Amino acid sequence: MLIERKWKKWMYFYLPMAVFILFTLFPFYWMAVTAFRPDPELYRTWRQPNAAPLWTLEPTLEHVIGLMKTTAFPIWLWNTMLIAIVSTIISLVCGMFAGYALARLRFRGSEFLGTAIFITYLVPQTLLFIPLADIIRDMQLGNTPWALMLTYPTILIPFCTWLLMGYFKTIPKELEECARIDGATRFGAMVRIIFPVAIPGILSAGIFAFTLSWNEFIYALVFMASADQKTVPVGVVSELIRGDIFFWGQLMAGALLGSVPVALVYSFFVEYYVTGLTGSVKG
Amino acid sequence: MANVSIRALNKKYDNGFHAVKDVNLEIHDKEFMVLVGPSGCGKTTTLRMVAGLEEITSGEIRIGERVINDLPPMDRDIAMVFQNYALYPHKTVFGNMAFGLQMRGYSEQEVKKRVKDAADILGIETLLERKPRQLSGGQRQRVAVGRAIVRHPEVFLFDEPLSNLDAKLRVQMRVELKRLHERLETTAIYVTHDQVEAMTLGTRVVVMKDGLVQQVGEPLELYGRPANRFVAGFIGSPAMNFVEVAISGAGDALWAQAEGLRIRVPQQFSSRIQTGTRLTLGVRPEALRLANGSDEHSFATAVDVVEPLGNEILLNFRAGGVPMVARVDPSVRVKAHDNIHFAFDPQRLHFFDAKTEAAI
Repeated sequence: MLIERKWKKWMYFYLPMAVFILFTLFPFYWMAVTAFRPDPELYRTWRQPNAAPLWTLEPTLEHVIGLMKTTAFPIWLWNTMLIAIVSTIISLVCGMFAGYALARLRFRGSEFLGTAIFITYLVPQTLLFIPLADIIRDMQLGNTPWALMLTYPTILIPFCTWLLMGYFKTIPKELEECARIDGATRFGAMVRIIFPVAIPGILSAGIFAFTLSWNEFIYALVFMASADQKTVPVGVVSELIRGDIFFWGQLMAGALLGSVPVALVYSFFVEYYVTGLTGSVKG
Repeated sequence: MANVSIRALNKKYDNGFHAVKDVNLEIHDKEFMVLVGPSGCGKTTTLRMVAGLEEITSGEIRIGERVINDLPPMDRDIAMVFQNYALYPHKTVFGNMAFGLQMRGYSEQEVKKRVKDAADILGIETLLERKPRQLSGGQRQRVAVGRAIVRHPEVFLFDEPLSNLDAKLRVQMRVELKRLHERLETTAIYVTHDQVEAMTLGTRVVVMKDGLVQQVGEPLELYGRPANRFVAGFIGSPAMNFVEVAISGAGDALWAQAEGLRIRVPQQFSSRIQTGTRLTLGVRPEALRLANGSDEHSFATAVDVVEPLGNEILLNFRAGGVPMVARVDPSVRVKAHDNIHFAFDPQRLHFFDAKTEAAI
């Protein structure tokens, strides 16, 4: 009986799990290996003797160094960081207040407003960038970080608002009522009680907003022209594919370095992130 | 002086639901007033209007001489204990209790002193550095009460504070709350759906139903002289037995009759009851006893179910076409399906108008 159960556990749990992990992590592994593989090894066919497609025999930093020296990668990294942080902060602040209002305040048309915000989230960026480009041009923001800092919130605010609205709804109303009896105004109760209690939700909204703006491609491609204004995803692709030549080593080094900050952010807040998306507050 | 007077208070929601209808209450200084009733009777809404968490549709609420209708909750000088405790999860016990004082700008020393005093009273001195999630249900309850008492408010409001506790703890906390009230001598308004809680805690009790006040009175007054059939049935456990009866006879010799039941209407009712009418007879389980044969108020029946509770025995049977319960002494030896005679205590019978349900 027990043996059968063990066997079943392997069959239905560990095996699918292993396949899943392999499937998700292999691209990252491939990226990392390629980033540290010297060029001769990169272009060696698999049939040749001493070919090692799954690992590298002589790991090298030449691609990373080349990336730093021959391209504006450090500047891209800085641009991306700045834009992602600023647009995340803007979106979080707006999302917190809007989410709170939709979750707690009773006003005419609040449900309609909630739905309308959600619908804007559904409009694909591939359509939205056309009118936005027009606005950016009129406001003469093109090719400045502001073009992205102000357009990213158009996708991030609806998302943050909805996530936070859901989270605020799980916080018992009584907490706030009690704070108001204790001597806080409605605003004070929101800032002193509801927001601190909602930190898991706020953090997960923030992480999500940060990664979305970090990885964003279309707006960054359209609104940024000069090499020193680009973000990592656009810069890597536009500057390291020259004509039909792919600089695989540097491309992968750029991708690897570009994903490190996101991975760090996630690993620091992963517990909050999970409770933010699934958990609720108990008094 | 912190008497609370509620005059012609009404609450109508936007969807047309009339939750509280013309409630008039005078809650005296230092009184422990309990609002009790089934869910949806408007008791919590009334309390929340006193707290300022719910808008008043019409009417007036005063604390002392101040009309507080339009004051925000923070300016009413009240403290409230919620059913789910509503402790701030991100603050320690100390932080929870100190919050109201800090918001009101008390000095750090004063805050510390008051929190310590309150913690001493409630026996939670050792928990001050813990977070609410590290506390048991009873401890959370104490912290919630502590948070209310540190402020020395004019009025305490309790919204079913004991209903999240298990039965044993509830009984214990009930006694503690009563003791606390005697010690602090603060006016309190307490909402519950549990009539036992209402009877044990209340200086006076308000019974509500469908947004209307049914009766206001001291616990024993409600029990002994219920104003109508609803109050009679709501207060007391097991509930009062009700039988529809027809009145016959004349003069002093009136008889109340139902299927298999014929009893003489006691003297004190004869001036108020007319022959030929139909009434509801109410009799508490303990107003029934085993008959010795010669009683004018007795009837025969077969016991259905026997519930031996130790300090008493509950006998379930049918009489007058309805199921009834009698509470008898544990020394009584009765088995299920025994045929026995019951007698009513004539001094403890209640008659209610069949239509208006008002007591006669």
